[in-house]
Amino acid sequence: MDEPRPDPILQLRGISKRFGAVQALSDVDFEVYLNEVVGLVGDNGAGKSTLVKIISGVYRSDSGQYIFEGHEVNVTNPHDATNLGIETVYQDLALCDNLDVVANLFLGREETTTVIPGVIQPISELAMEQKAVQLLGELHVRLPSARRPVATLSGGQRQSVAVSRAVMWDSKVVLLDEPTAALGVEQTAQVKDLIRRLRERGLGIVVISHNLADVFDVSDRIIVLRLGRRVATFDTHTTNQQAVVAAITGAVFGALEGAGDGDGRQEEESRNG
Amino acid sequence: MDSTEQEAASGQVATGSFREVWQDTIRRLEQGDVGALPVILALALIAIVFQIANHHFLTPINLANLMVQISATGTLAVGVTLVLLTGEIDLSVGAVSGLTAGIMAVLSAKVGLPGIVAVLAGIAAGTLIGLLQGFWFAKLHVPSFVVTLAGYLGWQGALLWVLGSTGTVNLNDPLIVGLANTRLPVIVGWALAVVFVVAYAFSQLRERQQRAQAGMEARPVSVVLVQIGVVAVALLGATYVLNINRNANPRGVPIQGVPSAVLFLLGFVVLFDWITRRTRFGRHVFAVGGSVEAARRAGIGVDRIRMAVFALCSTLAAAGGILAGSRLLAVNQSSGSGDVLLNAIAAAVIGGTSLFGGRGSTWSALLGALVIGSIANGMDLLAFASSIKFMVTGAVLLLAVTLDAYTRSRRQLSGRS
Repeated sequence: MDEPRPDPILQLRGISKRFGAVQALSDVDFEVYLNEVVGLVGDNGAGKSTLVKIISGVYRSDSGQYIFEGHEVNVTNPHDATNLGIETVYQDLALCDNLDVVANLFLGREETTTVIPGVIQPISELAMEQKAVQLLGELHVRLPSARRPVATLSGGQRQSVAVSRAVMWDSKVVLLDEPTAALGVEQTAQVKDLIRRLRERGLGIVVISHNLADVFDVSDRIIVLRLGRRVATFDTHTTNQQAVVAAITGAVFGALEGAGDGDGRQEEESRNG
Repeated sequence: MDSTEQEAASGQVATGSFREVWQDTIRRLEQGDVGALPVILALALIAIVFQIANHHFLTPINLANLMVQISATGTLAVGVTLVLLTGEIDLSVGAVSGLTAGIMAVLSAKVGLPGIVAVLAGIAAGTLIGLLQGFWFAKLHVPSFVVTLAGYLGWQGALLWVLGSTGTVNLNDPLIVGLANTRLPVIVGWALAVVFVVAYAFSQLRERQQRAQAGMEARPVSVVLVQIGVVAVALLGATYVLNINRNANPRGVPIQGVPSAVLFLLGFVVLFDWITRRTRFGRHVFAVGGSVEAARRAGIGVDRIRMAVFALCSTLAAAGGILAGSRLLAVNQSSGSGDVLLNAIAAAVIGGTSLFGGRGSTWSALLGALVIGSIANGMDLLAFASSIKFMVTGAVLLLAVTLDAYTRSRRQLSGRS
């Protein structure tokens, strides 16, 4: 762990975004490394969603740099982000309930065989199903059948399908928006296992969550946003929840530096702090 | 079979025995995943009731008439099914079928163009109309209900304009007349039926074999064989009935063979069934019907799919209108009006295609058209008044949509939405 860290896979520098009168993000830096889970936390309105949408290409930042694999890139729409290998799993999962698991995993990227080029190119169901079953097996995602309509699955299974889809295409960074919201205890555990397995596969994972217990369970680092600014960064293994809560609420700023000992550091003082 | 162990080893739920498949089917029925079962039961009930009421109902000549009568409605219903799969509706199919048949009739009988050119022009007009309506809906964001309601009125007006002062155009081009009114030679009918059954059996068995070899969950061979048997009996049985001499005078010229109109309908059903289930385009149609947002985020061109579906629907409406014109040997001011639209939509819905999008099959168009056609035909045999016929057909439609809504709520309760 002490060896010098390689460059982050994804880095944002000095990102600002304004919506009319609201300054959603001010000069925010963000970075995620491969083999790492970053928890992105903050109160409602702290700018988490805006930051995620800038990373995933839904919004464009007003200013700042977007650096991927060491090169500055221009991400102007979601396609640009997915082409780089950045996948986002939103809270609503974006699954087609009427289609089965295989169809959802391959949605928009179905494999075909060619009987007559351009005319008869049926979908290769078997090849897709084999790949789907293999991936689900690698990720230890247990489903009754890969041929069941997604509507018949539990919330945790649906979340697992959505996450599996995100890693299906050689993606390097996966953003998970509230992956455990609305899930029961056991299903939350399943999804957290899945997140750990994504890290084992070498991906960079960003988990946006309100649930600090879950963030502490799965993350390596925690980045705290407050009122559109990045106010603190913690090493999950050397900090505690009180310190993070303090950074989120800005309540006990004086105590912050002591509480977040070592790696936990205050990035910037909040104007309203 | 030897594959059972492989399936179990693959970690998948192996649907091993016939009994398990049966139990799984029952469970799905209980959860509201009823498929084509209600419509097949309804068809059996209709056949029994009308046969008891009038023993002419199940005669070869009446069944052949019935099949020809439903060919236009069924073709329109295939197009409506495609639109319903995306969760939209097309109220213009009747008017489009009338207008395009009118264009064909005028080009052939008044302008004097060859039959094939007139037919293709009618079809092309349908495609263009569909593209226009699809564009208006997908790009200008006017609800499909409104766009096609405007089309329903507008294209009827266009038909009156195209037909001009004569009002009725009689068709006499041999190709156009022959479209619906040709009977296949008996031997050709049998050959087509046998080829289809063999091809179907081959593809089903090969698919099962490939799945088993790949170690994926595969249905038991017994289930596949039963399914092939059902298809074979239905198709060969229908061919047999249509190949019986229908001429009441046994000494007269024999009237026998599969009517060409039926062949067209079956062709459309099979072709679009394949397109919807086996191609990327079809998968994307279902995806748009399941969740527009999910489809869009998966990179599917939702607008493109919507325009394509409306174009196909109007193209099929044109094909149906031309078949209807060919069958009646004329196109007039009332072509495509009246209950044509309602019957086409009712057929798709009665057959089991959901009004709520994302569920259904082009086979539902055929089955639903059979239900509506049998009821109309049976009531005609019993010489019912139009008043009764409208009310009965309305009640059947209401029943079908109620069943759709009910099974949908059952599916939602059991998480199969």
